Amino acid sequence: MVGATAVPAEPRGLRGDLKLIADLVAPRSRVLDIGCGEGELLAYLTQTKAIDGRGMELSQAGVNACVRNGLSVIQGDADNDLEAYPSGAFDYVVLSQTLQATRRPRQVLESLARIGRHAIVSLPNFGYWRVRLSLLIEGRMPRSTLLSHAWYDTPNIHLCTIRDFLSLAAELGITIEQAQMLDQHGHAYRLRAESWAANFLSAQGVFLLCRP
Amino acid sequence: MAFSQPIERPGHILAVAEPLQLESGAVLPSYQIGYQTYGTLNADRSNAILVCHALTGDQYVADTHPITGKPGWWATLVGPGKVIDTDRYYVICSNALGGCLGTSGPKEPNPTTGLPWALDFPVITIGDMVAAQQKLIDHLGIDQLFCVIGGSMGGMQVLHWATAYPERVFAAVPVATASRHSAQNIAFHEVGRQAIMADPDWCNGDYIRQGRRPQRGLAVARMAAHVTYLSEAALHRKFGRNLQDRQRFTYGFDADFQVENYLRYQGTAFVERFDANSYLYITRATDYFDLAAEHDGVLAAAFRRTRARYCVISFTSDWLYPTTESRAIVKALNAVAGDVSFVEIETDSGHDAFLLEQPEFFRTLHGFLDGCAKHRGLR
Repeated sequence: MVGATAVPAEPRGLRGDLKLIADLVAPRSRVLDIGCGEGELLAYLTQTKAIDGRGMELSQAGVNACVRNGLSVIQGDADNDLEAYPSGAFDYVVLSQTLQATRRPRQVLESLARIGRHAIVSLPNFGYWRVRLSLLIEGRMPRSTLLSHAWYDTPNIHLCTIRDFLSLAAELGITIEQAQMLDQHGHAYRLRAESWAANFLSAQGVFLLCRP
Repeated sequence: MAFSQPIERPGHILAVAEPLQLESGAVLPSYQIGYQTYGTLNADRSNAILVCHALTGDQYVADTHPITGKPGWWATLVGPGKVIDTDRYYVICSNALGGCLGTSGPKEPNPTTGLPWALDFPVITIGDMVAAQQKLIDHLGIDQLFCVIGGSMGGMQVLHWATAYPERVFAAVPVATASRHSAQNIAFHEVGRQAIMADPDWCNGDYIRQGRRPQRGLAVARMAAHVTYLSEAALHRKFGRNLQDRQRFTYGFDADFQVENYLRYQGTAFVERFDANSYLYITRATDYFDLAAEHDGVLAAAFRRTRARYCVISFTSDWLYPTTESRAIVKALNAVAGDVSFVEIETDSGHDAFLLEQPEFFRTLHGFLDGCAKHRGLR
């Protein structure tokens, strides 16, 4: 007998930022999840919001796990494989905790806004006070729950602060429809993304974007 | 002579009295299709899976082969309780047009003369094979196939089905295949064809009437092709430089090495069940396959009307239909925002991997079919 596991009937606890992302997605929409891992978000959205979901994942093991669970997922990465998609092909394109690991974040962000009517991006904030402090006091490259790698083997090659991200979005003419700041455990802060406090206090941000 | 008399065929034969317009412009006045079915078609005729066989395969996908007595070529995958579960799905497999196990091909009688077609049989394409299959699906009363699945040349048929008849395919699984035959693949096929045609017993294709069979040529064709189905690693793992039933070289041209012995066996076994002219026609059909060419060279254009959910599968050590070919298909599907999954299975078994029991392949396929069945509302 084949040991395929079905998509769990009761979605297990989603990562904090994924739960927030899920809340931003309208029911029965078309969603492309880039860097979908083992398909947690897609499976959750398929069950709770009946979305038409697609995924892209770098690791072959992740892709195979997704397809085994009945999700439509291909092997690929944000840097190389977004160009093939037509403009406006999806209602939402999701990129969670991945932008900072791409080789060309600016082009990737442009692609997201082109392919999706909306893009949802979550990213760690390098302006977070603990990050600043560890560099300032310890004089070491910061490590935290969100940035857990040592400097020599981190995939996060293009880290930025909330403020950096906002300015890139503005430069590309991308509108920020919603922004949610989170602490390191994924709990929401009531802070305006543009504020100094947001850039200092939040460990990560989730943004709902749309193209001009 | 085995081929001069009709072989016993336990399976079904559909005789189609109407002509088949071929892509070459020629017309086949009438034809027949040999096929097998497994399982039961449900009341709303929505659970049919068409399995398309590869180059030298046939319709005996899950039951004993009438000539070799061996189990079906995908018996590990198709059957009750298996991945392609015949308790759940109605499985159809037909012998490809140009084949030699019940479907019209060069060894069958030409209806106008009553003699074997031989080289008077018109050259056929993958599209022609699918057009003939379509008549079978009509005959079985099925509007939309739940899934069309096949590896290698079977995968080409899958791609043709899903792009040429988009409304008739709910899910498509092209395995270890390509949207066009590469120069390298055409080259290997040409080696095989030349081996057959160089055999004096081939008699310019007229060997059946002359009571001869180009066994040596066909065996050499099979041996050369068989190497392309494996991989360097698999050959090394299976045979290394091991000697065959001897301790030292004979310093002659006997099969000193196990790998030689194995290939000779493959060649001999093949000629028992396959017709040399069929081999010419079917290899030619795959050479001509180029899905993009039919759409002004733009592969994505081929998929513009497609509605099927695709699961594209490749194998890491397959150098005949490498992963890059599968990726090109995936990219083209992305360009039309098609519903596509793509997995590459890690194995050292080469192209043949799609015929072997590969747990990761089977699990992936099971998950994909199960997901599709839910969408299709199958129980």
